Amino acid sequence: MYGLGLAKGLMITLKNLTRKPFTIQYPEERVSQHPRFRGEEFGWYEERCTGCASCAKYCPLGIIKIVTSPSGTAKPQGDKYNLEVFDIDIGRCMFCGLCVEACPYDALFMGSGFERGRYARSELVIGIDELRQAEKRPSTWFRPQLENAGYSPHDGPPLSWKEVGREQNRWHQHEKSGARINRADIGEGRSSSAES
Amino acid sequence: MPIRTEPITVNIGPQHPSTHGVFRLRVTFDGEMIVDVEPIFGYLHRGTEKLAEERNYTQIVTLTDRLDYVASMTNNQAYCLAVERLMGIEVPIRGQYLRVMAAELQRIASHLVATGFLLQDLGALGTPLMYCFRERERILDLFEMLCGARITVSYMRPGGVYYDAPEDFWPALDRFLDYMPSYLDELEQLLAENEIILVRVRNVGNLPLDRLIACSASGPILRASGLAWDWRKADPYDVYDGLEFDVPVGTNGDNLDRFWVRMQEMRQSLRIVRQCVEQMPPGPVRAELPLVLRPPKGAESYGRVESPKGELGFYLISDGGISPYRCKIRSPSLLNLTMIKDLLIGWKLADMIVNLGSIDINMGEVDR
Repeated sequence: MYGLGLAKGLMITLKNLTRKPFTIQYPEERVSQHPRFRGEEFGWYEERCTGCASCAKYCPLGIIKIVTSPSGTAKPQGDKYNLEVFDIDIGRCMFCGLCVEACPYDALFMGSGFERGRYARSELVIGIDELRQAEKRPSTWFRPQLENAGYSPHDGPPLSWKEVGREQNRWHQHEKSGARINRADIGEGRSSSAES
Repeated sequence: MPIRTEPITVNIGPQHPSTHGVFRLRVTFDGEMIVDVEPIFGYLHRGTEKLAEERNYTQIVTLTDRLDYVASMTNNQAYCLAVERLMGIEVPIRGQYLRVMAAELQRIASHLVATGFLLQDLGALGTPLMYCFRERERILDLFEMLCGARITVSYMRPGGVYYDAPEDFWPALDRFLDYMPSYLDELEQLLAENEIILVRVRNVGNLPLDRLIACSASGPILRASGLAWDWRKADPYDVYDGLEFDVPVGTNGDNLDRFWVRMQEMRQSLRIVRQCVEQMPPGPVRAELPLVLRPPKGAESYGRVESPKGELGFYLISDGGISPYRCKIRSPSLLNLTMIKDLLIGWKLADMIVNLGSIDINMGEVDR
């Protein structure tokens, strides 16, 4: 029968007509991201950073550039390096967050921004001064202590290095203390069990 | 006097909106019938296998996100399984459940994209595709809660997943699971009761089973032709052998069956996710491993999963260093694409894009 298909199609239209719109008007309204969202405004705490460059080594793209020089501080006062350059080239960053995972001193945090459109690639490099001066609203990605405290980078206050806490994973603590994991524990040395 | 005719060769792509990526087809037509097809690909080649040779085992996880960018979770899972077999790592049970749950959510998202684009290719521009994308968006929101990213997730690590799900994830997942079946009913009704769509997809693009097996095709296109072959059943990885689900099988291997198999797989995936939520034990989610892994020298392994497109495998060889000596990726899209001559020759121009879309290829994975 002609027209039946048309009526059926219009029923679907009618059903959807009364639904609340799923889309939002972006620049005026915003979707709030989850606190774990991995975004650009990196939070970096110079007080905690020793310049060990673990993040730079662990970055799959090698976009973190760190230049340090020996500082005159004696060991009892904290044997750390002077940081001269700490550049994150987010023009090539893919926001995987492995730098944050690798940081042994919880000095680097992901941010929550996603609106850093610029006209030149050079403006996409976050330099050390910008990192120092930025208001730090760190993402809770790989930082469960912030998540457990209910912190949200969108409406929470900026946090200082004393407030962001330490990541409490037991085996990360082990790694962070500098102790090497016993290789026998993780099955290394055993022959590969490729059952394919 | 008969009219003199000659076949005409048409170039389609590489930037054609409906070729599912940067893919070029050189098609010879006799009138409206396709008589010859030559696929030309490689436009999206990024050298993932070579890049993997100079990155350490955890960093490669981020590369696997970018293979099949519609289904990143299953890519992560296949790669992590390969590394775990290489090193003999036991993954904690909760980590395995989280992986299976994420992979099944990803399967729903990927099949939604495939279904939406099938309709787009049939000429239903925009609206049905957006219905599918709307639901996919809910799954991507869940992924954002799990791992902070929506597409390039990097959620899994060799030895488990990066972290446990946040507390607000579970109520959101429950809401999704409650809502999704009614949406699937609606989508199925929208398609399976539409006469125009049925005429366009029924008995179009039939693929015989023996040719599929000869081309080592896998995934929904193989099951649509009548073979119940699924790596989740044939060689269960993670916790799949403890979960109940069916493998939907088609009969004709036409476009309608491929669509139908995907629809049923989405329902089965929902079933698996529900079981995962019920059975998930407490405990650690990640094996205790150093940040930089060093597998034994000369070890080889092959990790495979049933990705939404078919069998996705990673073959790794270690030379004892921090990065693999060789990383070979067996991508389902490339091997399913070898069916292209059987799929297109003999059909009409209007069916070409529909047939191509129905095997659900992803160029990020074909070219790697």
